[in-house]
Amino acid sequence: MSGDKILSVDRLTMRFGGIVAVQDLSFAAERKKITALIGPNGAGKTTVFNCITGFYKPTGGAIRLTHDDGKEIALQRLNDFRIAKQAKVARTFQNIRLFPGMTVLENLMVAQHNMLMRASGFTLLGLVGAPAYRDAEKRAIDLASDWLKRVNLLDRADDAAGNLAYGDQRRLEIARAMCTVPALLCLDEPAAGLNARESAALNELLLSIRNDLGTSILLIEHDMSVVMEISDHIVVMDHGVKIAQGTPREVRDDPKVIAAYLGTDEEEAVAVMESGS
Amino acid sequence: MTAPSTHTTKPATGIAALLKTAVINALIALVLFSLMVGIRTEAGSDGQLTYWTRFGELASLVAAVFGGSIVIELLRQWIGPAGTERLVPPALQKGVSLVGRYLAPALLIFTLLVPVIFYNQRYILDLAILVLTYVMLGWGLNVVVGLAGLLDLGYVAFYAVGAYSYALLATNFGWSFWICLPLAGILAAFWGVLLGFPVLRLRGDYLAIVTLAFGEIIRLVLINWQDLTGGPNGVSGIPRPTLFGIPLDRSDDGLAAKLGIEYSATHRIVFLFYLILALALLTNWATIRLRRLPIGRAWEALREDEVACRALGINTTTTKLTAFATGAMFGGFAGAFFATRQGFISPESFTFQESALVLAIVVLGGMGSQLGVALAALAMIGGFELFRGLETYRMLVFGWAMVLIMIWRPRGLVGHRAPTVYLKKAQAISSDLVKEGHG
Repeated sequence: MSGDKILSVDRLTMRFGGIVAVQDLSFAAERKKITALIGPNGAGKTTVFNCITGFYKPTGGAIRLTHDDGKEIALQRLNDFRIAKQAKVARTFQNIRLFPGMTVLENLMVAQHNMLMRASGFTLLGLVGAPAYRDAEKRAIDLASDWLKRVNLLDRADDAAGNLAYGDQRRLEIARAMCTVPALLCLDEPAAGLNARESAALNELLLSIRNDLGTSILLIEHDMSVVMEISDHIVVMDHGVKIAQGTPREVRDDPKVIAAYLGTDEEEAVAVMESGS
Repeated sequence: MTAPSTHTTKPATGIAALLKTAVINALIALVLFSLMVGIRTEAGSDGQLTYWTRFGELASLVAAVFGGSIVIELLRQWIGPAGTERLVPPALQKGVSLVGRYLAPALLIFTLLVPVIFYNQRYILDLAILVLTYVMLGWGLNVVVGLAGLLDLGYVAFYAVGAYSYALLATNFGWSFWICLPLAGILAAFWGVLLGFPVLRLRGDYLAIVTLAFGEIIRLVLINWQDLTGGPNGVSGIPRPTLFGIPLDRSDDGLAAKLGIEYSATHRIVFLFYLILALALLTNWATIRLRRLPIGRAWEALREDEVACRALGINTTTTKLTAFATGAMFGGFAGAFFATRQGFISPESFTFQESALVLAIVVLGGMGSQLGVALAALAMIGGFELFRGLETYRMLVFGWAMVLIMIWRPRGLVGHRAPTVYLKKAQAISSDLVKEGHG
């Protein structure tokens, strides 16, 4: 694989006691591209995600993130919130994790916490109502409204996030992650539970994030219609190891992938894979 | 808030089911009362244990439970499930919500006028000062429990630190109240951070237990560190507060003499009243302000979902610590006020009971709601005094009142959350959606 890599995972290993969830996994995600991580249930995809986003500390291996300005960050050395704050890696969750008791707008304001904290002079300036902080807050609201427009939730801005429909919650979570202005956006099954129409809208949203904003995306997905349509590069995992990688076309035709992903019954597997194209 | 209107869970109506429930209740009563009522023990004349049985009373109690549960079951079938709408008619609820809008300003104006209206009633003024102290403590703890969702069972520790800070600084160095007050707050906040560092990685029940232990440790240190704190004897002769250096006493330098009016002991009480009112309002102002700042939003986000906070790059440890320190600081202020008001403090004033009471105020008020906490403090402290005439039945009536409030308002008196920022229109969020936090 050639090109400008934003993320390179090198011989990543994660053990939980005696269980090896991920073993010697190496892959890379290119800048301003959409990379998909697929594999059957229990292949270790979410574990890889949790290692990249700092929720797990890898047992071995290296995860390197290269920013646009060429600065390299070893993600395996940073822990939890610092990966989002310093390395600018944002993520969403397989089971949506919004702040249900806060409004949609508040959710997006919390995402801009670190910027607003600095602007509020770590609360002191904000407490006395300094104009600099008020300007910063206004800019934050503008950014939030901008994202609400993109995900088509502007008229729900003042509703509680917990009152949104499932599909809206999924989009809001992506908008919230984008409000942190990330270099790499990691999406854990963004299309799970969406109907065909919502799924198509999601494709459009992700493509616009890549094309208009140039944000690199790494995603885990089961929905083949999403993966095959928007991914630039696909990495296939099974039982914690990488079994294939390449363009959607290459991966779809790989017999190893078909066998691993959907059992050995190739005819059925091919049928399902085809349905996604 | 909608009442459960479905009758799908209607209990079995047969006589057999009725009798079965009654028999089970009677059996539970038998087990409970057999030792408490059935056997009476007493120390005899030589100190030996004597006991006798009271099976007659036991039998009548069990029979009462048996009959009572039949009556209650029949009543329940007759009335149907008890929901909010049944207990409180919708028209009244609408009225309550209308009143709610003007309640806070009306309460504030009334509070400001209390010393004028009740100038000659020392008892009411003292009670008002007590209520305001608990309002302030409730608002302080509200930052920790209501906003950040950290269950703190040892809040009294910070109250104690504040009280002893003022008492010791004032009696040993003769510093004035106005210098000691911020110091007491800072010291309490410092202890909050010191406690916070090791324990804030704990969650939920574990955090609650450790904070409970911390509250006890502070109390035991106060009892045993005799050289510094005077041990169980406490600290006495704590200086009264002055109005910027002018004492409120009978002396020639006193305020009364300077103003040329006749001295009255009530002056000091009224001064204390406005002092605690100012402190409480400061707490309220700071909390409302902080809620609208990124730090306050981060506290609430932490209560909603800690994992999501970390994924958004929020340093959860420092965010929790600031919540703890802020709550502790307000507790410290309240403690300093308590010390100057009482003139004498001892470890007895800082038992777990105080922590539990303040926590009950926050929970009853509706977690996170400033007005709710104030109302709950009024109900818990003032209401408790109101029932004083009922003597032994006071606790019973009080318990009933609590149960009724919890049926009517399961999420506290003020059951909604106000958003901190809005695009078009601020909409209150039903507390059914708001999380309680996981510690």
